[in-house]
Amino acid sequence: MIDFELEPQVVSRLQMYHAVAENMMRPISREYDEREHEDPWQFFETMWQAQSLNDVGPAAQSAGGGQQAGPKLRNLNTVITTEELCWGDVGLFLATPNSGLGGAAVMAAGTPEQKARFLKRFGEGKPKWGAMAITEPACGSDSAAVTTSATRDGDDWVINGTKIFCTAGHRAIDKSEGFVVVWATVDKSAGRAGIKPFVVEHGTPGMQVTRLEQKLGIRASDTAAIIFDNCRVPASNLLGSAEVKQEGGGFKDVMATFDATRPIVAAMAIGVGRAALDFVRDFLKEQNVSVRYGLSPRRLSVVERDFMEMEVQLQAARLLTWRAAWMMDMGQRNNLEASMAKAKAGLVVTQITQKAVELLGPLGYSRKLLLEKWMRDAKINDIFEGTQQINMLIVARRILGYGNKELN
Amino acid sequence: MVDFQLSEEQQMIRDTIGAFARDEIRPAARLADEGAKIPSELTEKIWQLGLVRGPIPETYGGDGGERSAVTGAVVAEELGYGDLSIGLHSLAPRLFAYPILEMGTVEQKATYLKRFTTPTFAPATAALMEPRWDFDPTELATAARREGSGFVLDGRKCVVPLAAEAEAILVYAKNRAGSGFEGVDAFVVAPDNPGLKINDREQNMGLKGLATYEIALDQCRVSADARLGADRGVDFSRLMSEARVAFAAMAVGVMRAAFDYARDYAKERKAFGVPIATKQAIAFMLADMAIEIDSARLLIWEAAARLDNGHDALKESYLAKNYVAASALKVTDNAVQVLGGHGYIREHPVEMWLRNARAMSALDGVATV
Repeated sequence: MIDFELEPQVVSRLQMYHAVAENMMRPISREYDEREHEDPWQFFETMWQAQSLNDVGPAAQSAGGGQQAGPKLRNLNTVITTEELCWGDVGLFLATPNSGLGGAAVMAAGTPEQKARFLKRFGEGKPKWGAMAITEPACGSDSAAVTTSATRDGDDWVINGTKIFCTAGHRAIDKSEGFVVVWATVDKSAGRAGIKPFVVEHGTPGMQVTRLEQKLGIRASDTAAIIFDNCRVPASNLLGSAEVKQEGGGFKDVMATFDATRPIVAAMAIGVGRAALDFVRDFLKEQNVSVRYGLSPRRLSVVERDFMEMEVQLQAARLLTWRAAWMMDMGQRNNLEASMAKAKAGLVVTQITQKAVELLGPLGYSRKLLLEKWMRDAKINDIFEGTQQINMLIVARRILGYGNKELN
Repeated sequence: MVDFQLSEEQQMIRDTIGAFARDEIRPAARLADEGAKIPSELTEKIWQLGLVRGPIPETYGGDGGERSAVTGAVVAEELGYGDLSIGLHSLAPRLFAYPILEMGTVEQKATYLKRFTTPTFAPATAALMEPRWDFDPTELATAARREGSGFVLDGRKCVVPLAAEAEAILVYAKNRAGSGFEGVDAFVVAPDNPGLKINDREQNMGLKGLATYEIALDQCRVSADARLGADRGVDFSRLMSEARVAFAAMAVGVMRAAFDYARDYAKERKAFGVPIATKQAIAFMLADMAIEIDSARLLIWEAAARLDNGHDALKESYLAKNYVAASALKVTDNAVQVLGGHGYIREHPVEMWLRNARAMSALDGVATV
């Protein structure tokens, strides 16, 4: 039966996340935007401890921590709590030590033995990061075109190539005992089917971070370029099967990862959008500008119309996102719905945060407030985990019943 | 707990009404638009589906079913998928019956509800809108004042569906002191009231199958028991919320109709040797339409679910309706664009859907769940 009300235990859990966002993230939000590439260790340590107690944070979510809040709706709980933390700061959210996208890849493609071997570390010891490297200088959205290669040599795979835009790559391999999951081709002639994920541990010879990107926003999050030069990993670090099959496995696993992570990225966007919306709402209240719901739209002021438009677009994106996550919880394929949510959320939150800056004029443009930062932060959600356009392409293929041959 | 799944009963209702809309309503849509008339056989056939009778208690001859705004939204979307004019026409009796059902006194229910459970269509309606550009339901110009034990109504109303054939009209007027929704009451006006004048049928750009009228209330005297809910009055905010959910849901049906038609056309129509749907310029328009349809429906369901849970849904229904007003226009306009020159020709239905979609931002209170 159609229902959009959160259960009381989810709501109370959410209040805890809100407290983290408000009391731990917001106070250092500006500082780590300005001090790009520096590490808020105190924040990391606290989040790490909270996570290992299975309390809050992305790791708790990816490790199934959301289960406490309602075992049936784990993915839904994840997007709801993600929104809450990203209301605090999306850059810090991305920087939080956890298994991250690397963990998601292990979960999607790894054997039970590999899951245990690679993920155990995230519940113990010092803060660690997991990262995923797929993008290359010459291929982004067309991720099937990766040129990084893996060649079998005895009991090892030897990896060669350059990866860029690897979120948390530096912290994963240089600042903690983490790992990066690298997608590389074992057989160029096999196309997508030949692309396989390899776990490369921190400290592996031949792997080096060569560059940290300087970005428009999410500056607390490191974005690394990594070179693999005859980098050797044991055969047991290839996630899943080494067999090159046209049906299933390989690249399909990347896509499966995206179906799971796109609703989370959409939720991140919504968190930033809500931060801006809440700020504007409070601001208008202080200025005694009322927002009159129920009136004929023809009698509203431009500010009222703008605000309501921001509000309803955000809610539309949120409902699409909840649906995509809920479908995963129900065991339904959500490829279409995940892309719908991601495309909509990335777009509208970009617009909402830009409008928020506009509505406050010079105050919105000033670095004294966080609005301008949220506008910069928001934009990444329209790009990573599949740009808006790639997600539109996926939606279009699905509604038209076309494959990548008919519509490209 | 959060759930995106309709109940089995709701799915069954959706499938039944959806099939009816496809097989019976859609084929009649163009003729109703061109001829400004809906065949009475079709009206009767829809009446037989029991869409009005359903939630009326068995005491009054109804089915005693549960009244749900979500179910109402599902039904409205399917009817809108068939045709907006025919949908609004066949559900117009609800505009009168459901406020009585929800907020009427025992006597009012006993007097009026029976008629809506009889086997033949019971034309009845409500008069809310007023003929001015800045019409606002929270500031009605139509006023009621006490005279003796009764009331006198004065004012003008427009877009009153089926007014000329209606057996009873519910007129909304400012009565009590108080601002916004607080001061509004509803009064039952009989068609033979000497203070009621029904003017010529309105000519609109769309919804041409639906007969709507401007009416004038000139010293229109009604007795004390004509006031809906007697001294309690009505919860006008809730009535407006229900109206907005219903109308918006119907418009989602129109959006879906336009999307389906444009998608099928784009897969058939070839340019440069390939279906135009294989071009991103067209495919992305269709993708955007699909996202807008799902967004709109979810916003409406959220408002409807709030109503079903007994919560206030003024804001949610208002925002959902405004959202749909914009997105329905965008989606139907895209459908015309996908068909290109053919979209402009009346041989295809998309131009009609564009005209009908425009009604969303112009009209209020012409449907209810």
